[in-house]
Amino acid sequence: MKRAFLITALAVLCFPLAAAADPVQQGYHLYGRYCISCHAAGGKGSAGRPVGAGRLRTQGQDTGIGPSLIGVGALAADFYLRTGYMPLPHVGMQPRRRHVFLTEGEIKALTAYVASLGPGPALPRPRPERGTLTHGYHLFTERCAGCHQVVAEGGYVTGALPPPLENATPTQVAEAVRIGPYVMPTFSKKDISDRELDSIVRYVEYAKHPDDRGGWAIGHIGPIPEGFVTWFIGMTALVAVCVVIGKRLQRG
Amino acid sequence: MGRAKDALISGIVLLLRRRKPRPLGPGERERVVPPAPDNPGWELTAVLLLLAGAACAIAFVVVYVLDRLPAHTQLLGLSLGLSLLFIAAALIVTAHRLIVTEELEDDYPVLEHPEEQELIVQVVEDSGLTRRRLLKLALLTAGGALTAAVLTPIASLGPAVDLVRFYATPWRRGTRLVDEHGKPYKASDIEEDNFYTAFAEGSDKEALPSSLVLVRLPKGSLKLPRELAHYAAEGIVAYSKICTHAGCAISLYRAPLFQPDEPTPALVCPCHYSTFNPADGGTVTFGPAGRKLPMLPLLVAPNGELRAGGNFDQPVGPSWWGVRERKPRT
Repeated sequence: MKRAFLITALAVLCFPLAAAADPVQQGYHLYGRYCISCHAAGGKGSAGRPVGAGRLRTQGQDTGIGPSLIGVGALAADFYLRTGYMPLPHVGMQPRRRHVFLTEGEIKALTAYVASLGPGPALPRPRPERGTLTHGYHLFTERCAGCHQVVAEGGYVTGALPPPLENATPTQVAEAVRIGPYVMPTFSKKDISDRELDSIVRYVEYAKHPDDRGGWAIGHIGPIPEGFVTWFIGMTALVAVCVVIGKRLQRG
Repeated sequence: MGRAKDALISGIVLLLRRRKPRPLGPGERERVVPPAPDNPGWELTAVLLLLAGAACAIAFVVVYVLDRLPAHTQLLGLSLGLSLLFIAAALIVTAHRLIVTEELEDDYPVLEHPEEQELIVQVVEDSGLTRRRLLKLALLTAGGALTAAVLTPIASLGPAVDLVRFYATPWRRGTRLVDEHGKPYKASDIEEDNFYTAFAEGSDKEALPSSLVLVRLPKGSLKLPRELAHYAAEGIVAYSKICTHAGCAISLYRAPLFQPDEPTPALVCPCHYSTFNPADGGTVTFGPAGRKLPMLPLLVAPNGELRAGGNFDQPVGPSWWGVRERKPRT
């Protein structure tokens, strides 16, 4: 009896420790709290009514639908959680970079849980120092700049907003290229090799602080705003100077 | 023929005949300025200079129309510049050699003097040109030709001269689709949720109809109209990469990760956001484009390579007035 009691007490004491030590187990509980309403139990995905609502969910918005998470791997979970893209406040909205309320440990646990759902890609390890800036620039203008703009300031596509990349870490850039979040195309290793990705990441890192030889960059949003500045600020200034010079000559 | 020749000769005789001094009529006054002496040498020079100016202006129009001459821009500049130069020379010759000058020695009075004003008017009237009509005609010719030269570039607002190449495309049945390095695409290279740029093998990549955008759509999402149903191959569809609005390259592909609550797949032009639906034959779903994206029929060769199944279903490129109503030649 005494022995049985001791074992039970030990088991009770050890259980939370064991749960904390096993991230998959911890992730399972977090999944039930934040993700299950849209992605369904076991990450099977859902196209119908969810079973519950997460912390950010309010009563009226509980008609969540979400894709299956089986086989998306640690790569996708890490990307969506660290950027604050998930949990999504409203179903149907474009995921945006926002405040991350999960702790580092919770993100790791959720990532481990999602990775355990099925075989999927592991976290990428981009090495920008291996890439070359010029190659990265060429690849970026060819593959990315159409939407993200040439110095990665973000832009527009009908129905969606390609985000600026100023806060994207090298790992997040590498992850996004492989996932294609929201309406972004997905680029496989066959299309953009890891080596090419290193160059792209290096260019994105450069584009966060580009070398503005011309002086004021006006947000790097392209030649049309630059033209507007020329016309409405530069020209006004020139006319003002002309008026001042003319007045002085009149007096003389 | 004979009548035209007679008319021409009589016209020249009429223009060149010497005018005999006529006795003064009832309303006419004595001339202040003596009538200008005949000056056939300088008159001829002025006329020839004006005609040379006209010829150069016509040369500008001709050079403009013959679009593909070497040093085209330089020739345009040269012809227009020479035309202006000749006309300027003709005006200088006219001013210095053909207009009779008469100086009034007294200073002009400050107050109004109607008689003197009349005199000045008469001086101006009398200091006329000899061969006035011939010179006027030459000036008119030069001016007309120059005006034509200056107005010709208006044709650049839309293709008007060389239309043949708009209807020719490098695509024939069996033409291979290659990437920018010339490597042929295989059907297995084309992955879902990604988009690819392809060119006609052996064609000029800069030419409008050569470039394509290739996408593979998820199974079951293709909803091609009946006449385009055979254009897709294994779920892969090919469209001209040139937007039908202003001719920009379509470089944006909206590829939703989770179809149920995200926008549908779309090809988007970055210039004015014309948006085309790749699933139903390239119809316009948003933006200023006036017509659907031209679609190219595809085949998969036995070795897995992608090949064209024929020519586009529509003319390729931006739509100008009437120019693109005809179908591309096959």
